[in-house]
Amino acid sequence: MEARLRVRRFDPESGEGARYQSYTLDVPDYATVLEVLLQIREELDDSLALRCSCSSAICGSCAMRINGQARLACKTKVAAVAADGGEIVVEPVGNMPVIKDLVADMDPFWQKVRAVEPWLQPKGPPPEREYLVPHEVMRPLADVMACIMCGSCVSDCTVLETELALGKPYEQTFLAPAALAKAYRFVGDPRDGADAERLLALSRLEGIWDCTRCNFCVEVCPKSVAPMDQILALRRKAIEQGHDEYLGARHTLEFEKTVRESSWL
Amino acid sequence: MKFAYWPGCSVPRQGTPELRITAAAVCDKLGIELEDLSLAPCTGSGILQARDLVYADTLNASTFAMAEDMGLPLMTICSTCQGVFSQARRRLKEKPDYLAQINQTLEEQGMKYSGNLEVKHLLWVLVEDYGLAEVGKAVVRSLKGLRVAPFYGCYLLRPSAALGLDEHPERRTCLESLIEALGAEAVEYRGKTLCCGYPLVGVNDENSAAMVGTHSVEAKEKGADCMVTPCPLCHMNLDGVQPQASEQRETRINMPVLHLTQLIGLALGIDPPDLGFDRHAVPVKSVLAKLGL
Repeated sequence: MEARLRVRRFDPESGEGARYQSYTLDVPDYATVLEVLLQIREELDDSLALRCSCSSAICGSCAMRINGQARLACKTKVAAVAADGGEIVVEPVGNMPVIKDLVADMDPFWQKVRAVEPWLQPKGPPPEREYLVPHEVMRPLADVMACIMCGSCVSDCTVLETELALGKPYEQTFLAPAALAKAYRFVGDPRDGADAERLLALSRLEGIWDCTRCNFCVEVCPKSVAPMDQILALRRKAIEQGHDEYLGARHTLEFEKTVRESSWL
Repeated sequence: MKFAYWPGCSVPRQGTPELRITAAAVCDKLGIELEDLSLAPCTGSGILQARDLVYADTLNASTFAMAEDMGLPLMTICSTCQGVFSQARRRLKEKPDYLAQINQTLEEQGMKYSGNLEVKHLLWVLVEDYGLAEVGKAVVRSLKGLRVAPFYGCYLLRPSAALGLDEHPERRTCLESLIEALGAEAVEYRGKTLCCGYPLVGVNDENSAAMVGTHSVEAKEKGADCMVTPCPLCHMNLDGVQPQASEQRETRINMPVLHLTQLIGLALGIDPPDLGFDRHAVPVKSVLAKLGL
């Protein structure tokens, strides 16, 4: 089939702004967008910059916007996003600075992940033997652990996009889906002892209550992590543990009370 | 064509009574019969779901059971209600044990839900069941020349699996299709599938107003005469918060926002004074003037 790609190009050394460049080439029907990009680089234009490694939706390197939506290029078949010869627009992930062409600077992404202290913080004396955790508790956390840190959810997060457009510095913006989902992986883990501190920190500005529930992160996640569902789970835990003085928590409790009393709003 | 009808927050005591009035008028004109379910409980709007999912699913299963009792499919007029219903419907359909658990609670009220009710937004009904050709035939006042920016509302598009968008790919563009069937021109712009910011009202008003500003300004820059939405919550924000968005951007945005049923009502020849425009924060005079009204 014919693949027609319109790729966003940007070279900081050129002194020019971003531009779009079109490439047309014959590819097998089963080709992925990543295979086409690599073919472009090998046969047509060796200046095209992109990141990739495993080609198997495991490493998370090749997240990019394909037809306006964040996807892994290696997991996206050309035929699934365009008819034969139909144009496919390929751009770097959103909400992150672009280094060159399809390569984005992931530093802000990692800053947010680090901000939630993504490591186990047990309290009390070490257990005398292995800590056995119930299967039913860990099973839902396994979904969250499937995150490959590709940044797709952060790319398409509408709250982060809004705050960056308002000119907020990155470190003062919404923690965004990937980091919050990672936070739930530890809050939900019975071996972790820092729930109270974590939930308090996450209840504050730019944390769990700033999600607008647009479901974009659920839609674009290539590993079915459902980050927004993890944010809602964190909200549930935060209220259960008494962190209910924040606007979002109060709104939720008021809403619940009204519906329970009158079955109506 | 007949439906059990869930009016949602558009009941008179709540936010957008003009939606309920115009939905009834439009369905009447088109010959779509509606059996009112306004005694059914609130869908939970995604908020209750975050607090107590089983309770929220039980409430919605009771609404489904009421519709089944009438022997009718269920129709909504709100993207959020539709999305919340679709997600509940999917959970109950995919997990028979869960459905049985919910049905145990419903039994105490003498109710039972089979797990198979069809739930559709009016927009989907018009595109999939009524047919756009038939809608076109009912148009007595063409909206030709009117440039309309569609705004879906998150819950009518995501998560796509619950909303059956793979089985019904036409649902991804149904709002544009309907706008064109009414004789108007659909304006293409990025904001059409994004979030209106309503869930952040009272929690983060700055971000909420910024979302309104971004989408309404983009629609304006693309030459839209108005926006149209099948979601009353999006309407409350895009219209009601637009003055704050204008203040935030230090500009007068002035982008009229119509409910889906108001746009259809105009095309079906309903008199503008009967379409509830007086309740809008942003005047729609410019839209009516463009139509010679």
